[in-house]
Amino acid sequence: MQTEDELIEEITNSEYKYGFYTDMDADQAPKGLSEDIIRFISAKKNEPDWMLEYRLNAYRIWEKMEEPEWAHLGYAKPDFQDLHYYSAPKPKVQLDSLDEVDPELLETFKKLGISIEEQERLTGVAVDVVIDSVSVATSFKKKLGELGIIFCSFSEAVQDHPELVRKYLGTVVPTTDNFYATLNSAVFTDGSFCYIPKGKKCPMELSTYFRINEANTGQFERTLVIADEGSYVSYLEGCTAPMRDENQLHAAVVELVALDDAEIKYSTIQNWYPGSKEGKGGIYNFVTKRGLCMDRAKISWTQVETGSAVTWKYPGCILKGNNSIGEFYSVAVTSNHQQADTGSKMIHIGKNTKSTIISKGISAGQAQNSYRGLVKINKGATNARNFTQCDSLLMGNNCGAHTFPYIEVNNQSSKVEHEATTSKIGEDQIFYCKQRGMDETTAINLIVNGYCKEVLNQLPMEFAVEAQKLLEISLEGSVG
Amino acid sequence: MIKIENLHASIEGTEILTGINLEVKAGEVHAIMGPNGSGKSTLANVLAGRDEYEVTEGSVDFLGEDLLDMEPEDRSRAGLFLAFQYPVEIPGVSNINFLKTAINEAREKRGEDPMPAKDFLKRVKEKSKLVELDGRLANRSVNEGFSGGEKKRNEIFQMAMLDPKLAVLDETDSGLDIDALRIVANGVNELKTKDNASIVITHYQRLLDYIVPDFVHVLYQGKIVKTGPKELALELEERGYDWIIKELEEVTA
Repeated sequence: MQTEDELIEEITNSEYKYGFYTDMDADQAPKGLSEDIIRFISAKKNEPDWMLEYRLNAYRIWEKMEEPEWAHLGYAKPDFQDLHYYSAPKPKVQLDSLDEVDPELLETFKKLGISIEEQERLTGVAVDVVIDSVSVATSFKKKLGELGIIFCSFSEAVQDHPELVRKYLGTVVPTTDNFYATLNSAVFTDGSFCYIPKGKKCPMELSTYFRINEANTGQFERTLVIADEGSYVSYLEGCTAPMRDENQLHAAVVELVALDDAEIKYSTIQNWYPGSKEGKGGIYNFVTKRGLCMDRAKISWTQVETGSAVTWKYPGCILKGNNSIGEFYSVAVTSNHQQADTGSKMIHIGKNTKSTIISKGISAGQAQNSYRGLVKINKGATNARNFTQCDSLLMGNNCGAHTFPYIEVNNQSSKVEHEATTSKIGEDQIFYCKQRGMDETTAINLIVNGYCKEVLNQLPMEFAVEAQKLLEISLEGSVG
Repeated sequence: MIKIENLHASIEGTEILTGINLEVKAGEVHAIMGPNGSGKSTLANVLAGRDEYEVTEGSVDFLGEDLLDMEPEDRSRAGLFLAFQYPVEIPGVSNINFLKTAINEAREKRGEDPMPAKDFLKRVKEKSKLVELDGRLANRSVNEGFSGGEKKRNEIFQMAMLDPKLAVLDETDSGLDIDALRIVANGVNELKTKDNASIVITHYQRLLDYIVPDFVHVLYQGKIVKTGPKELALELEERGYDWIIKELEEVTA
């Protein structure tokens, strides 16, 4: 009979399933960071002067900043001079159809279980593929174009829609925001750009698959989503990365702008290489994600995160407009030696603003999982409301769960609720399931999925299925 | 159906079962009674294969197989069902999903296809009526926020859905009011066939007003010390256990 310890061992020993590496020629910048490198990136991308100035300004600010140390994380700080800041698959002509895509790239997607053709055909998902910083395939563009929806790589947006990029870039996450965001502002290579015109509802889920593919290449994605007045968009971001020994730095910035009466739903599945079970390697994930809500606008963040060695991210909403709504639903799984310090920030500025935070942490092995959340009610935010629930599930005796809620209330009429629970996955529950004929793995699966249900329910259907699969893989190993 | 011979089991080094002998044949209902701490629940848990208990001696043959050698899930798939004394809550997992997973996993292990959704739902409808379980409970999370009576009814509902060969009811009557007791007992009686059997563990005689046993066994200090017909239960209700204990002491003296 399997003891609890054996079970935990089995779970934490599950090998990273997506550990393969696509062999493509890279077009790389030399290692290190300097104004010259930034000029190199900008020139490589054929950027206008204002873009270069934006980067250089950020770089000068970043040089004076210090890497933050307040998070409940322990890791070797990256050597920022030992990274490549630009790497791209060999430049190719713009592609009009999938036939022109590198077959090896398509193979990579097949390994991930995501065939672009299938996605196009079956689900109507438009996929903007980002491999090592440069978009190489875009689909459904024409169809979206008919509605006036712009969905393209960030580089293309800089060339084709400079007025929109200039107007909104850095308005939600300013250049001075934090160490990693400022670094991103200086060196970001690509990402996605999306604009939904007034009153339009995007008819399909917009989806981007990111992969980190070159050893020692910091990935600095920049995403900007603008939903104009009364529009709606659901955006999916899913990631897996190949196995690598060196720590890979990832410092992305995502900015969402929801103008009056607009709604943005932003869903993430993150499954980057978490490091070996001994705690070697793995991705450093330092991400700044924030949304701005104007009057009656709504932004909803949903994330299922199972990857990365170190995670530092706090997707949040600035509820500037009256009657605006911010939501955050999260499942964060850490096992082996993974560490996560993650949560959400909800800043209430407008009247009658509402926010909800549902955070579910799962820790196994020696992992440390921290929830850190800020709920701030500004003086003018009359009748603001927040509800926060953060639950932690522990598997085994060697992992940790921590909660750091920060609540600042400056308006007497507001109402803030915080609920927190910590529980251990029960032997009783597992035995109950077994007695009804289920294997241990099925039982754990069922229990974990039940625990995460509130969050999984927020994901679009096809993403929810993928998320469940991911939870299975991360917690149960390659059983069966 | 099941043959228990000289079963000894302990928990954390303390021996609780000290040599149980019991044979249950198809079509029979056996009641096991006894004072607190006599080992009734331990017997149920050992049969179901709970980890904490260590079997130190003896054997259990279940339908020709060595039960003690099987994993709990395999015992279940072979047709052993335990109605828990304290049914466990599983938040976020609907009753329906829980049962569908259990049934289909057992079918898969037997090399069968999953049960068609239509058949499954038909069965849910039929079986939930049997224990007068509110249809809404089927869609709620497993036992979460259920009253004591609802939890026990849910156990019998699960039993009906899984259709076991041998059901072990561990103090299913505890904490039930008389209506709930009647409903639970009716469910058990309805499910009785000549091909299945049940072991009803109870502290009180009153359940046996509704479920009529073929045999009543008295468990004391981890052994079956007396076996009799259904009338024995009534006698125990009237006279308590002391006279049996006294009898026993006279024999050993």
